[in-house]
Amino acid sequence: MVSVLEASSATGSSVQISRVSHAYRSGGVPVEVIDDVTFGVDPGEFVALLGPSGCGKSTLLRLVAGLEAPDEGKLGADMVRVTGPDPSRLLVFQDPTLFPWRTVRQNVALGLEARGVPGDHGAAVDAALALVGLESFAEALPHQLSGGMAQRAALARVLINQPRLLLLDEPFGKLDALTRMTLQGELLKLWQTGRFTTLLVTHDVEEALLLAQRVIVFGRRPARIEFETEVDLPYPRHRDTPRFITLRREILAALGHEQDL
Amino acid sequence: MTAITQATPLPAQPFAVRGSALSGWPIWRGGLIAGLLWIGAAAFGRALPGITALPRTGLLSAIELTVGLVIAALALAPWHRPARLTHTARWLAALPIGLVIWQYATNKTGILPLPFFPAPEQVLEVYTDDWAKLLDSVVGSLVLLVPGYVLGAGFGFALGVAIGWSRAVHYWAHPILRFVGPLPATAWLPIAFFCFPSTRSASTFLIALASGFPVAVLTSSGVSGVARAYYDIARNLGADPHFLVRKVAIPAALPSVFVGLFMGLGASFAVLIVAEMMGVKAGLGFYLQWAQGWAAYANIYAALIVMAILFSGLIGLLFVVRDHVLAWQKGIVRW
Repeated sequence: MVSVLEASSATGSSVQISRVSHAYRSGGVPVEVIDDVTFGVDPGEFVALLGPSGCGKSTLLRLVAGLEAPDEGKLGADMVRVTGPDPSRLLVFQDPTLFPWRTVRQNVALGLEARGVPGDHGAAVDAALALVGLESFAEALPHQLSGGMAQRAALARVLINQPRLLLLDEPFGKLDALTRMTLQGELLKLWQTGRFTTLLVTHDVEEALLLAQRVIVFGRRPARIEFETEVDLPYPRHRDTPRFITLRREILAALGHEQDL
Repeated sequence: MTAITQATPLPAQPFAVRGSALSGWPIWRGGLIAGLLWIGAAAFGRALPGITALPRTGLLSAIELTVGLVIAALALAPWHRPARLTHTARWLAALPIGLVIWQYATNKTGILPLPFFPAPEQVLEVYTDDWAKLLDSVVGSLVLLVPGYVLGAGFGFALGVAIGWSRAVHYWAHPILRFVGPLPATAWLPIAFFCFPSTRSASTFLIALASGFPVAVLTSSGVSGVARAYYDIARNLGADPHFLVRKVAIPAALPSVFVGLFMGLGASFAVLIVAEMMGVKAGLGFYLQWAQGWAAYANIYAALIVMAILFSGLIGLLFVVRDHVLAWQKGIVRW
């Protein structure tokens, strides 16, 4: 079942983010979205980046993925500077963004095809689909999938490439509550078997606390680290344990929401 | 209690209908009426004398009678009739009424004067007596249209992809396309006829120009409208620019490309007919021109009907190709 992941001898990569600042040019006017952010991630670690919507967390992920270069500061993976996109660091967006003209199978094979990996990728695709429980939908078209199924396919499209760093940009943000819970559990299992490093951007405090080993809290735009905490709870976690509730209170306070408790 | 009573399955209705052989098989009433109208039209054509005796009156009536009998037979037949057939009943009934009105207003009474309004018998006579020349004209038009359209669509597509993809090409080509593109291709006729060695090559160029412009515009807008997320995903997975064009930009732009191909096809018909009327000595446009010279209006109507069948058939063909290529799309427009 997990052959795709276990076959990778590589472990998760470490991440170095040092004094990174970045601005968008909106109609010629620079809008600062990231302000002097520094933190590191250990190999195989699961870190959640938590903050209000539109605070610049997603931009930070794009920078780590190498889709954009930062205005200031340095980004590295395994102590090597990030200069462009690389299939060892893969992004999953809030929208599954499957290519609508390709079947699920063809979507999942996209990375292998793009890099010119020889051979038909049938077995690898089947294994990746099995990983996310989508075996029987290999020949379906994206518009025939539900939101949860499409996001599973998007995960399979990434996992087939055996990434060492998984960058998740609010991946469950558009799913209904039940589907979200199921997929959160499955992501946790994939991470536990897959040994890849995971950076999860979310604005859901509970999601961060259920999944991550460490939570980094960002303030409003421009994104700046406000608070950071280790989540010293064993998996699987439960929302109603006293420690969970304490951590949630601390994080909400850091976000300026004490009154909402 | 009531809910349970309501839930009891009703006796199977279809079996009851199919099983009652004694009450006869179901009749397609609309079809029967249409069939009788066709037979009536045949009788009308035969019975009422015309101003002049037209040689094909008998043939027209015979055709109407045959059509009427076939429809009536279908209406009475004990087989299952597909919905696509039964849906046409009103059209099948309207056609013979239209033919009778046409016949009545032309040769039977002379309300509509000759030579401009020939009777249906006279149009039919064109098909029986001049079919070889019409067929030649269809072939002539296709021989001119197809290479021009394929050339124009090909160039337009390539140019559109280049404009949509490359900033440099966009910078130089887009203003030219915007400035020159709206000129109707036929406006180039005087220049094309002296620039090219033959009227045929000039016409091919004009047809290519007419079809290429909308294809280029819609392809480029399709390519530049592709969501950035698609490129991000592919780049992230290790795609090079070549892959991004071939496997992301072009497939994502195809719905827009087909709109351009459709508009280009329509534009190419207009240029084809004008080119044939102005210089090329073949094709349906030339046939129209020639028939007008002889005031042979029956030939003109006959050629127009052939042209309508040909052009709508070509558009239908394009839509078949599109439905096949864009099968992944939901709810696409039908032709």
